[in-house]
Amino acid sequence: MTRWRVARLTKVRDENGTARTLVFDVPDWPGHLAGQHVDVKLTAGDGYSARRSYSLAGPEGVELTVQRVPDGEVSPYLTLDMEPGDELELRGPVGGWFVWRPDGPAPVLLVAGGAGIVPLMAMIRARRAAGADTPFRLVYAVRSPEQLCYTDELLRPDPGVSVSLAYTRRAPEGHPRPPGRLTAADLGPYGEADCYVCGPTGFVESAAALLVGLGHDPARIRTERFGPTGD
Amino acid sequence: MQADYLDGNALAGPLAEIFAADVSAAVSRCAACGQTGPVASLRVYDRAPGLVARCPGCEEVVLRLVRSPDSAWLDLRGAVTLRIPLRDGTGPGGQR
Ligand SMILES: [Zn+2]
Repeated sequence: MTRWRVARLTKVRDENGTARTLVFDVPDWPGHLAGQHVDVKLTAGDGYSARRSYSLAGPEGVELTVQRVPDGEVSPYLTLDMEPGDELELRGPVGGWFVWRPDGPAPVLLVAGGAGIVPLMAMIRARRAAGADTPFRLVYAVRSPEQLCYTDELLRPDPGVSVSLAYTRRAPEGHPRPPGRLTAADLGPYGEADCYVCGPTGFVESAAALLVGLGHDPARIRTERFGPTGD
Repeated sequence: MQADYLDGNALAGPLAEIFAADVSAAVSRCAACGQTGPVASLRVYDRAPGLVARCPGCEEVVLRLVRSPDSAWLDLRGAVTLRIPLRDGTGPGGQR
């Protein structure tokens, strides 16, 4: 059984104008697999509490990247107000299905929609940390360049990892792919792979359907949806 | 309806409060249509009181979890079976 633990914020890093990475110190953290998440609980002075799930962003320690949702109950606090030294309660790691293990031999295709990049970034980082040579390919769909997370890290060469960006509304000047929704051409050609798709529900539905259309075995497509807002 | 559900990954935390093994990685069989698949791929609606997980094949309720301050109420009548992998429960990084 997984209990609630007290986590103290030690470091923050802005990823872009609306997303922030928070690094927590959690005594006796048992370790986790890339792709797992934690449940976060915030309790107000009057006892009212709100819970949200956030993916762990790295292979070690408790590092979360949170996308601010306007009018959200939890994300504005995490992305704007919480300061190093502040504490919250969290529970985890949880989720044993949407995970990648560094000993997995099969090539990996990662498909991220917006903030869905977080658990997939954890997989890329876990691969690097383990010195694994499993071929990785990431297709990362974002509305516009301002929405990108981990930009410098993703653009830095990482042998065996290929990264392609698909802008859906607006691309930076000179980007070879015209802006538009994700298509089979973005995900193809077919190559045998374990697929991981994470993003808003609608994105996950359509990306998974595109993968099946390309010939991927549905049993090898793992998905994680974070709902309409993700708050 | 299309866009306002989560999936069974969201059940991992609430169920970890009850079970020692990770139930989100279990394979469930739908009592209505017989479809099998990981609990993580069920459609989860969190607007109802508690969490309601529906079959992605036929939309029937497979599992329902309602938490009150002093108990958890788990309704599994929509699942014929749950097959729970136990490898995930061991080793570094597994479920505790
Ligand atoms: Zn069914």
